[in-house]
Amino acid sequence: MKISIDGLLVYFPYEYIYPEQYAYMLELKRTLDAKGHCLLEMPSGTGKTATLLSLIVAYMIEHPETIRKLIYCSRTVPEIEKVIAELQNLMVYYERECVKPPAMTGLVLSSRKNLCIHPEVSKEREGKAVDGKCYGLTASYIRDKHELDTDTPICQYFEGFSLEGKESTLPIGIYSLDDLKEYGRSRNWCPYFLARYAISHAQIVVYSYHYLLDPKIAQVVSKEMTRESCVVFDEAHNIDNVCIDSMSVKINRRTVERSTNALNQLTKLVQDIREEDTNRLNEEYQRMVQGLKDASVQRETDMIMANPVLPNDVLTEVVPGNIRNADHFLSFLRRFIEFIKTRLRVHHVVQESPAGFLKDISAKICIERKPLRFCAERLSSLLRTLEITDMTEYGALTLITHFATLVSTYTKGFTIIIEPFDDKTPTVSNPILHFSCLDSSIAMAPVFSRFQTVVITSGTLSPMDMYPKILDFDPVVMSSFTMTLARPCLLPMIVSKGNDQVTISSKFETREDTAVIRNYGQLLVEVAKTVPDGVVCFFTSYLYLESVVASWYDQGIVDTLLRYKLLFIETQDNAETSYALMNYVKACDCGRGAVLLAVARGKVSEGVDFDHHYGRAVLMFGIPYVYTQSRILKARLDYLRDQFQIRENDFLTFDAMRHAAQCVGRALRGKTDYGIMIFADKRFSRQDKRSRLPKWIQEHLVDSFCNLSTEEAVQLARRWLRRMAQPFSREDQLGISLLTLAQLENMEQEKLERQAQGKEGVGGQVQEL
Amino acid sequence: MTTSSEDVLLQMGEVRYKKGDGTLYVMNERLAWMAEHRDTVTVSHRYADIKTQKISPEGKPKVQLQVVLHDGNTSTFHFVNRQGMPAMLADRDKVKELLQQLLPNFKRKVDKDLEDKNRVLMENPNLLQLYKDLVITKVLTSDEFWSTHAKDHALKKMGKSQEIGVSGAFLADIKPQTDGCNGLKYNLTADVIHCIFKTYPAVKRKHTENVPNKLPESEFWTKFFQSHYFHRDRLTAGTKDIFTECGKIDDQALKAAVQKGAGDPFLDLKKFEDVPLEEGFGSVPGDRNVVNSGNIVHQNMIKRFNQHSIMVLKTCANVNSGPSSMTNGTNNATGPVSQSAYTNGLNGKATATATATKSQPTDTVEPDEPNTKKQRLIEKIHYEDLGDPLTEVNEDSSNGDGGQPKQFELSKVERYLNGPVQHGMYENHSEKFSLEDVQYKLVRNSESWLNRSVQRGVICPKAAVNALGELSPGGTLMRGFQEQSAGQLVPSDFQRELRHLYLSLSELLKHFWNCFPPTTEELEAKLQRMHDTLQRFKMAKLVPFENRAMHELSPLRSSLTQHMNQLLRTANSKFVTWKERKLRNNR
Repeated sequence: MKISIDGLLVYFPYEYIYPEQYAYMLELKRTLDAKGHCLLEMPSGTGKTATLLSLIVAYMIEHPETIRKLIYCSRTVPEIEKVIAELQNLMVYYERECVKPPAMTGLVLSSRKNLCIHPEVSKEREGKAVDGKCYGLTASYIRDKHELDTDTPICQYFEGFSLEGKESTLPIGIYSLDDLKEYGRSRNWCPYFLARYAISHAQIVVYSYHYLLDPKIAQVVSKEMTRESCVVFDEAHNIDNVCIDSMSVKINRRTVERSTNALNQLTKLVQDIREEDTNRLNEEYQRMVQGLKDASVQRETDMIMANPVLPNDVLTEVVPGNIRNADHFLSFLRRFIEFIKTRLRVHHVVQESPAGFLKDISAKICIERKPLRFCAERLSSLLRTLEITDMTEYGALTLITHFATLVSTYTKGFTIIIEPFDDKTPTVSNPILHFSCLDSSIAMAPVFSRFQTVVITSGTLSPMDMYPKILDFDPVVMSSFTMTLARPCLLPMIVSKGNDQVTISSKFETREDTAVIRNYGQLLVEVAKTVPDGVVCFFTSYLYLESVVASWYDQGIVDTLLRYKLLFIETQDNAETSYALMNYVKACDCGRGAVLLAVARGKVSEGVDFDHHYGRAVLMFGIPYVYTQSRILKARLDYLRDQFQIRENDFLTFDAMRHAAQCVGRALRGKTDYGIMIFADKRFSRQDKRSRLPKWIQEHLVDSFCNLSTEEAVQLARRWLRRMAQPFSREDQLGISLLTLAQLENMEQEKLERQAQGKEGVGGQVQEL
Repeated sequence: MTTSSEDVLLQMGEVRYKKGDGTLYVMNERLAWMAEHRDTVTVSHRYADIKTQKISPEGKPKVQLQVVLHDGNTSTFHFVNRQGMPAMLADRDKVKELLQQLLPNFKRKVDKDLEDKNRVLMENPNLLQLYKDLVITKVLTSDEFWSTHAKDHALKKMGKSQEIGVSGAFLADIKPQTDGCNGLKYNLTADVIHCIFKTYPAVKRKHTENVPNKLPESEFWTKFFQSHYFHRDRLTAGTKDIFTECGKIDDQALKAAVQKGAGDPFLDLKKFEDVPLEEGFGSVPGDRNVVNSGNIVHQNMIKRFNQHSIMVLKTCANVNSGPSSMTNGTNNATGPVSQSAYTNGLNGKATATATATKSQPTDTVEPDEPNTKKQRLIEKIHYEDLGDPLTEVNEDSSNGDGGQPKQFELSKVERYLNGPVQHGMYENHSEKFSLEDVQYKLVRNSESWLNRSVQRGVICPKAAVNALGELSPGGTLMRGFQEQSAGQLVPSDFQRELRHLYLSLSELLKHFWNCFPPTTEELEAKLQRMHDTLQRFKMAKLVPFENRAMHELSPLRSSLTQHMNQLLRTANSKFVTWKERKLRNNR
């Protein structure tokens, strides 16, 4: 349908629309008009992607000078593919309806592993191996060598691309990963480099967060994006963790050993080259003297080993004299590594700031701050000069140099913690040096300042006021939408006690209590008996999952459970878990029903959807707090308290609740889907936790559902399921939760907005059972 | 009372039948019971009619003997002896033993087949009718009938026995019973053994290898109960047991399957990460967890649970990977799940793709993968209530089952219904006429309308009305259109008989025509037989029916059997021509 959003004509590729999609588009348009940033929370499964895309594409067509480009960032590869599929759908609609369809090019950029079509290189399973092999075939010196000696293998696709590909532009259209590969195959061009080249021209780019947030990658890939772009971060509830991860480093003894080995190898190589071909090293030296940044000589094919620091913080000065010479640099590194080794030999925990660490360095090994800042760059240039193609051996060394650069660049917002052993295994000596970023706004700040509009959206962003604080930005619009429903298709319940009236909770003190574990088990068995098809359960941590399952086995609960449904458990091995997941899906499809036990912060909870019959009930066993005794966490909490005045408790609750909401939100997709959400912990019923659940869940969580026992919860579930099994057609939804164009135009705009944001009820109260 | 030729072998007083006291007489050829103070026999059963006798179980207060007849009826005799229970039991046992000796002599050589045939005939009234028409009127013999026409029915009994499903907790159901002194007793039934073999093929193999050559059965099962299959938390690394080998085999199988990878790209967790952080980067507490709990027992146990569920699922997957219609059937029958057409449609689509991916050979994964992935993608972005997605899967690749069927759009509906119209008609419009020309032509044409030629005299009204009367239904000229009232004019019993005749004739004709072309000897013989049967049919059934019809209904009713006669004639002529040709060839 074609609708008008505040004067803008938007093509929406479906015949019906949800009221909250309309309200979402209104808010988004306001943000784009104001050229600011926004924070929008819309419940999962309400067509957020389609809404976003239709509005922004319409805006781009209407005001091409205001927004020239759309950069859509998502987390996992399946999600990226889904976005492209939606975009293709939208474009098909445009072609059908529009007289002159818009000329838009959109594509995906992903890692070499997903885009390579070279028959041998693409067979590798690990991303790093693919990168390494690719580099081995396309590095600039390899290509030069090939011209002299045609036996050295090179990549035909890359050659094809570099000959012709740069002149031609990608034809208009939307390209998914497979489309790009197909196009590359047909023209004999490398899809990866084609994509990297094309993203600077394309109007719509879809890739993963890291390409924009991780400084190591962002500089190479995303440096040519114009300012008049709209950046969308989808599923962004974890974005602060992504920011932190990209700038944190962990060094243990093994890293140090490996880097020492690598260093020895390098020394030998330098010596060999010095005997054979001193020219190369001399050229490098000269380049550095003249201060020609290597970046300009850097050809695009070379490995992404850019600076780990943000572009603003990279020094534009000349490389200092004491590391220009290759040998000097290597001995410099050796001293540094020795220093780290000594620091790791501690018997108690040490925490210090980067400044203190630097002072220690200069005192003990006489290394100044400035040369440290150039470490990463210097190493990458050296590796290039030595024409090293297989990067896998130098990973540890790269890590050390990155650490050196980071620690010398940033003094604020980071901390160094050296632990002699891992807390969970106190007897095994395993010293680790953590260099952790405490402030997620450091990595985000350049994005906010560089681009005109940044949209952060997700299904579970509550409580929303936390994000502007920790990401340090000022949103123009901040709103949260609820789901307008014609029938209450979600049933959230808080079960706080078992049938024997013992409170159930995953609190540390009561965790090992057999009564609590038995109550959890009985709750699960009762739910498995009542609810058809698939049931998913989330535990707070993997250790907890293991111990609970062991106790259940002893108590005989697992056997009882197996009588009703099959049981699948997430393990720490990704491949095994994938296989178990596949079988879970098969079991649900064939009617046997299955129970899946997973962990709240694991891969399953973040990436896999359990819609329709794959997840009819989701149980959250306990509140998924992080491991609160971790020192890094404590450092972060202190930092947040000092900088942003955020109380520790608030942050911990915020973090736990957003993960819990994310887990239970997996079960619902669309308004014809329905699911039970059970929060199995007494602490959920307290106001401070309850109020932190997203609005669309809170709406249905009435007081009478907040303190149930197992039996009561099952009773409610049974009645509700029978109600959900009644036929529910589109006509039932029309007018309330689904609107046709005519109805949309009739409804007053403000009323629609208010309803969508939950400020006014839709035709009465929440329906009781 | 009794005829003189019968001897009373046993006379038992104090036997109640239907709450009345009386005496039971066991005679030569029958069993009889007479009520007290009566002269005539109330109940009498010949031994030939009795199928079996039954007695009430031990311990019941009532001592009874029941006699089951062939046709299903039963008679129960209650022994009451004033002297108490042992006497009653003794009485009953006496009768029972006597009957046991006598009954076999009279036992009809019950033809089990006959019973089955009867049952089948009872269940299928169509078949019964056919039987009545064909066999009883001697058109076909009984054997012929059963061998050709009712073959399907007779065989149905020996159809596929349904496999029992494997419950997830079958091992748990073998409840152990303590033996008193530190031992445990497990009861194994054949069902449980069957389940075990089905779920764990490794165990089955070991069983066939070892029993009864190397290990006796009981020892095998004892070892089984001590193994890790039963105690999930036992480690198997150490002991050298036959079941540890089973464990290793299972582990290897699991590893191989895991390596093969997830078929669904949306479920393969390894493919989720796009740019995985280098080792060492990222230090958010608790998240990047390669936190090894070190508790190998727990991890093993969890792995075993997964394995067990996967294997149980595989047993029913064997049944499911049959025709895809079966999976859809099982889907639609999933219990009290929503009746919404939307969700079931989604299920159906999901399983259709699932079976499609299963049925395709794995080495042609390449061209099919993007298509099935695309299909899955489209499903994922599909919101049923918002509308259908517009993008469709490419069907140009070798993927046979393709995506959703393309909508058949008709641009010119009339041409589809009426066939393409001659283009000639539209050609005329290519000429351009000026307005004046057109007007002129019109005027000229309309002048001629008023001129009527002499032949076009209007007829007089009376004749017109007569013609109208004759042409309306019921008039003289409309007599031919009486077909719609044929159904009402023919009485229902004739209709029924006609229907039966048609049924039998069609059945015979089917077998007749099946014989063509007669390539083998038996077909020729059958052909001959069928021809004769058809002739007999005609004589036996058709002709009397025709005569009856002629007789009772008006002569016009002969058209009732016209069609059947035609069918028979065609068959006959075909047979004759074939015969001639054969004779000619043989000469």
